[in-house]
Amino acid sequence: MSRQGGRSTAGFGWYLVPGVLASLAVIVVPLVMTVGISFTRWSGIGSPVWVGFENYTRLFHDERFWASFGHILLLILAMAVVPTLLGLLLAAVLFDYIAKIFGPRWASVFRSGFYLPQVLPVAVTGIVWGWILHPSYGALNRILDSVGLSSLSRNWLGDPKYALYSVMAVMVWFQLGYPIVMFMSGLQRIDPELYEAADLDGAGWWQRFRHITVYLIKPEFYVVLVTTTIAALKIFGQIFVLTRGGPSNATLVPSYFAWQNFFQKAQVGYGSAISTVLTVLIVVLAFVFLRLQTRDERKGV
Amino acid sequence: MTALATAPDTRTESKTSPGVNRRRYPARYIVLGVLLVLLLLVVAPLLVVALNAVKSPSDYASNGPLSIPKSLHWDGIVDFWQRVDFSRKLLNSFITSAVVSVLAVILSVLNAYALGIGRVRGRVWFLVFFLVANLLPQEVLVYPLYYLSKSLHLYDSLFSIIIIFTVIQSAFGTYLLSSVYAEFPTELLDAAAVDGAGRFRTLWRVVVPVSRPTLAVLFTFFFIWTWNEFFLPLVFLISNANQTVPVALGVLQGDRQMDATTTSASALIGILPAMLFFLIFQRTLTRGITAGAIK
Repeated sequence: MSRQGGRSTAGFGWYLVPGVLASLAVIVVPLVMTVGISFTRWSGIGSPVWVGFENYTRLFHDERFWASFGHILLLILAMAVVPTLLGLLLAAVLFDYIAKIFGPRWASVFRSGFYLPQVLPVAVTGIVWGWILHPSYGALNRILDSVGLSSLSRNWLGDPKYALYSVMAVMVWFQLGYPIVMFMSGLQRIDPELYEAADLDGAGWWQRFRHITVYLIKPEFYVVLVTTTIAALKIFGQIFVLTRGGPSNATLVPSYFAWQNFFQKAQVGYGSAISTVLTVLIVVLAFVFLRLQTRDERKGV
Repeated sequence: MTALATAPDTRTESKTSPGVNRRRYPARYIVLGVLLVLLLLVVAPLLVVALNAVKSPSDYASNGPLSIPKSLHWDGIVDFWQRVDFSRKLLNSFITSAVVSVLAVILSVLNAYALGIGRVRGRVWFLVFFLVANLLPQEVLVYPLYYLSKSLHLYDSLFSIIIIFTVIQSAFGTYLLSSVYAEFPTELLDAAAVDGAGRFRTLWRVVVPVSRPTLAVLFTFFFIWTWNEFFLPLVFLISNANQTVPVALGVLQGDRQMDATTTSASALIGILPAMLFFLIFQRTLTRGITAGAIK
């Protein structure tokens, strides 16, 4: 506060007006409306009928709802946990080993390559993999056939037994680059002297990784984990393009489930309840992460 | 793994006598090899797409996905381009992304000026609001937005998408830029005040020019994010003439006219613009990182 000095804060309020009005119209009003609609039965035409908590009680008895959240848990594994851990290891190897031995150019080529899937539109990654995994003309099955492994070929996205695992594999491919880029930029903060001191103490690469890298990269670690987890909870595009939630709901996720209720089944109240639950979950999760992070920082000091 | 501990020392040695040194440590080539295999796995799907986008359907049928095309067969791409009127989709995507990024940067600057530099009352609450707005899934906003835009006759127009994404992107921009502006050098602001510059003049002549690198990074992010958006454009842009690139490609999946080579052709023309932005993005990002390092 002292840096404010003699300057007053008067006259700054006006600069918030456009932003506040726009946010009211596009975020606050629709959010309040959705929460309101979730307590009604409404087809989108005519006026909504107040039904209290009916949509929510129905939700908790709907096995598709529970299945969609079960799928999300597996997708968090594929989109947040695996890419974060693998990305941490790869970032450390690239930054601290490849860059030092083969030169930083190699490290940045690897970084760009791993990051490539992240820049593609979600819908396009869906098309790429939808084609590769297609049962009859897809590249993967054709390749398996040509090397005599046709017994391994599957209807990757069309068989309820494998569809979710196929989507998970695609998501690991898609997400891996993000943690690598984040962690590598975080590693640049680390004082090289720390590593040199560890070397003098005779610490091996793995020990250095565990005790220095992982410890100092914690802020990025939290950011990556929370953003990727939230991305997993919100997943829609890949599911829409790859499987449309099928086969027989094997890859149904909450956002697709909500979309179906809004725009295909005209059950707007029910769809609103699903998205309200999803929103509460995301916001609570984000604040829990934030609390954990600040508590961790305080402990560090 | 004990050989790895001396890595920093060998770096200087390897500059002088790389041959001798590299032969002594086969482990480093194993690490490099593993990474190369992993990189190939990541890039392979895109290479396979490129390979088959320029292959004739009969060539694909007889030689499979991994063969080199017998001859460059552009028909798949040309046919698909004309069938979906891809030039139109590119233009729609470009207009939407460009306008959104400009407007969202302006809105973020205005908000962050009041919150980061002006420190208006209740700014913590405003920041919490913009943080939460960032987290919201679009599903929780979509139906009312759909309903409201219909009653305002803005449904199925780029205009609605532009307004919505400007606000959504600026929520992130405000949050990020406010923390950047909170550290803005006070001397510059005081000097502007001494010169008798008003609030707007200070913003336009001092704050914006000084923070230009950050604004460039924000602009790039907004452009690419808006270009890649799928969910809201899918809901709002239903007529063919208004679709953006991801929507046009996404809704065609499962279409009967799509065979192996047409699908890879469609994927390739979806990949190429993104790759172009990736190259531009790379440069901005490196500039951003090096700028941060000097500070």
